Amino acid sequence: MDYNFHWRPVFRDLPDLVEAGFVTLQVAVLSMLIGMACGIVLAIMRMHGSAPLRWVAVSWIELARNTPALFQLFFFGFGLGAFGLHLSPFLIVLCGLTFNNAGYLAENFRGGFQAIPETQMRAARSLGMTAAQAYIRIIIPQVLRLVYHPMTNQMVWAVLMSSLGMLVGFRELSGETQFFASRTFRIFEYFAVTAVIYYVIVKFILGSSRLLAFRLFRY
Amino acid sequence: MIEVSELHKRFKDLHVLKGINLVVEKGVVLSIVGASGSGKSTLLYCINALEAIDSGTITVDGEDVHAKGTDINRLRRKLGMVFQQWNSFPHLTALENVALSPRIVRKLSRAESRDIAAKQLEHVGLGDKLNSYPSALSGGQQQRLAIARALAMEPSYMLFDEATSALDPELVGEVLDTMRLLAEEGMTMICVTHEMGFARDVSDRVAYVHDGTIEEIGPPEQIFGDPQSDNTRRFLAKVR
Repeated sequence: MDYNFHWRPVFRDLPDLVEAGFVTLQVAVLSMLIGMACGIVLAIMRMHGSAPLRWVAVSWIELARNTPALFQLFFFGFGLGAFGLHLSPFLIVLCGLTFNNAGYLAENFRGGFQAIPETQMRAARSLGMTAAQAYIRIIIPQVLRLVYHPMTNQMVWAVLMSSLGMLVGFRELSGETQFFASRTFRIFEYFAVTAVIYYVIVKFILGSSRLLAFRLFRY
Repeated sequence: MIEVSELHKRFKDLHVLKGINLVVEKGVVLSIVGASGSGKSTLLYCINALEAIDSGTITVDGEDVHAKGTDINRLRRKLGMVFQQWNSFPHLTALENVALSPRIVRKLSRAESRDIAAKQLEHVGLGDKLNSYPSALSGGQQQRLAIARALAMEPSYMLFDEATSALDPELVGEVLDTMRLLAEEGMTMICVTHEMGFARDVSDRVAYVHDGTIEEIGPPEQIFGDPQSDNTRRFLAKVR
């Protein structure tokens, strides 16, 4: 083996890579927040919606869970593009990840909702709360605790999945790495360093998630 | 006044309530006794519309509970309810459990609702547990918390659905004492109960429900001392 490592160019570009890491984190967090909101709505639609609403929810969930995430990104990129709707690379990745997150989270939420005794809803309604108030004040806070750890997993997954953005021209961490690597042909070195950055991001998320849980769940 | 007339309720093929007629005047404590599955709890759930009804009418202070135009959320404020499974909200402290609905349903300020909550918790003997989570409370304490939570809405009526049935025997007393206290304060109460001692000592009237109808209703001395119906007699002989 006569490959000579050249780390210098990677370290020169490190600030740019770290900056791209923040782009990755940003798109993952956004896709997670919007995905959570969509996931809760999808779970409720699937459990209590009328037939058409249920159909929409089931289709969304089935597509998100049973097709490659890459194809979902391509749909928002090339798919919509074919109909003349051109989203920016950022929006393609955001929409694709959100679609995917929402599908997975909806099933987590559904399990969570089913684990809350029906009597909690009855007790809330008996106090004069509307169904919406009961969901927001009583049911959803308990569900969020139940699905907290699966949600953390999904958040990590969103960070790693965002690397697919590279394939639709989004300059997140992987896209940026690809760009620098192809300029210098130091492909191994660049991606090795990028892997470390991903690792740090994920560790950061797991740590913050633990701290947040400690703050949130006193009971 | 709560008036129930010709109430029928079915769960699919099961005809649970078969023409209930009942009047509960202000200030009256009514105990409803009867075998499991006779429809006692279902009757209670129909009164505050947690269950839909098939036919008949239920009015609370003249307002038809199951009519289409009724604002049921507003009407439920008059009807405090305590469940067999106490249903405290596990993610909220005792104070927050009680203060939540005054704030978001009665639209009181945060401070006002906390004052009311603290007062009601004091009332049921939980004044030292304001910041405890339900998981740190015993079953009896959680049931008293549920009573305080219902009272914080300042209801005109209290509905108790077997409030002591799920409790350990040594905790039943504290909850019954709280219910007795409310009765003495003049609260109008409908208590579905298996506690014959409570029914006899505290209620003004006792109704015996048998197979979806009210078999017999009257003052406790009559129901327990001189029951008119054979079914009532047989039931009382079994539970005594």
